[in-house]
Amino acid sequence: MAKKGVFARRKRALELRARTVQETRRFFGAHGYLEVETPHRIPSPAPESHIDALPSGPWYLQTSPELCMKRLLAAGYEKIFQICRCWREGERGSLHIPEFTLLEWYRSGSDYRGLMEDCEALICSLAQALNLGSTLAFRGRGIDLEGPWERMTVRAAFQSCGGMSAEEALARDLFDEIMVEAIEPGLGRGKPTFLCDYPSERAALARLKKEDLSLAERFELYIGGLEVANGFTELTDPGEQRDRFERENATRRALGKPAYPMPEKFLDELSEMPASAGIALGFDRLVMVFADAQTIDEVVAFAPEDL
Amino acid sequence: MYTVSDLRKGLKIVLDNDPYMVVAFEFSKPGKGQALYRTKLKNMITGFTMDRTYRPGDTFEEAGIEEREVQYLYKEGDHYTFMDNQTYEQMVIAEASLGDAKNFLIENMSVKVLLFRDKPIGIDLPNFVNLRVVKTDTWVKADTSGADFKPATVETGYVVRVPPFVEEGELITIDTRSGEYSTRVKG
Repeated sequence: MAKKGVFARRKRALELRARTVQETRRFFGAHGYLEVETPHRIPSPAPESHIDALPSGPWYLQTSPELCMKRLLAAGYEKIFQICRCWREGERGSLHIPEFTLLEWYRSGSDYRGLMEDCEALICSLAQALNLGSTLAFRGRGIDLEGPWERMTVRAAFQSCGGMSAEEALARDLFDEIMVEAIEPGLGRGKPTFLCDYPSERAALARLKKEDLSLAERFELYIGGLEVANGFTELTDPGEQRDRFERENATRRALGKPAYPMPEKFLDELSEMPASAGIALGFDRLVMVFADAQTIDEVVAFAPEDL
Repeated sequence: MYTVSDLRKGLKIVLDNDPYMVVAFEFSKPGKGQALYRTKLKNMITGFTMDRTYRPGDTFEEAGIEEREVQYLYKEGDHYTFMDNQTYEQMVIAEASLGDAKNFLIENMSVKVLLFRDKPIGIDLPNFVNLRVVKTDTWVKADTSGADFKPATVETGYVVRVPPFVEEGELITIDTRSGEYSTRVKG
């Protein structure tokens, strides 16, 4: 009987979630995107130091549809999107659930700046379609959606709130702690904020900035202190991509985690991929923002503990 | 031995030879970064809390807390003496370690003492205790200020908010977890 109460409480958020899915499809359809469905179960997830895939037989459950979607870009698809389930082992907290939903979209001929504009257009359009107005009530604040949204570099964020430079934080292995404790809570409070230009060490699949090779053309979108999306200009050099995967796998081994098989087919086809940009948006998190939810559990039908 | 995946509210661990209780816990993972396990830990001896952040691979020693049934005997200075119901052995606990529990202790009351490595570090009270009201103002019916509660001092010196009908000399039940008035004991 207690369970009935939990599910009943989530109903309003689940209705909002369903409408968000419908409106998202409508948005991308209207902008000329093709919806694709790539396999959940794959032979080799992209090797990244801190993203752990769940084994499924000899293969893995995807941690993101990224590699398959980029192979479609390489095959000549220009604008594609997908709403799909992804799995990341060990991620459980009030903002994490090991089986979650990503919205990913990719387009050729664009870079990360184009994706930031897409984010503004998508979220404003969804808020309007859901009758949420142009100011979202989230975490006790009013978040003004009128563009342009704030853009702040990682370097500037560390300078103003981090107590040390981003380079020093990386050298002292304090980058993530400072990000979580000192920087993230203040991001996107008045307006959504794009935190841009991550150190190259923090971008396994992104293109580096031509004018400063220590930085990658990568950003994260924050709304009310909550990280909602991660986008970047895609790296299209297969040799460099292979080196980066090998470095990530070396870090994984050093941390005592399994290395992942090289995604050879992806690497083979990467040279065919035109200049492109792609983004993963945490769909559950976006619904949290729209529903003014405190925890991710409030916006999913079942948390693992409910099963 | 606990690992970071065991961390949750209420877990008791040993740090720098002191027992700590996890009073708040949050899993964080900044984009593409590593998992961080952020905790608020309360020192079970001093009561002080502090923030600590852990990473995957960190481990913790379990703080084994033993409980024994004891009777409260008397207070001397800022030390409280208890007697073990089984062995009749006496043990002394400093006021600072008792925290709010001292507000509800009366002589001969049965409580549980908590021991860490054979050292008493605090007590566990019953959820409800009965205490006599030694001082409270008489309620004036005509007072329509809208106040639904009035202060009352109980035999331990603790002041609790009670409904207007409670009178001096009456026995009331207090919820020791919230420190609030629960009900009046008839008879």
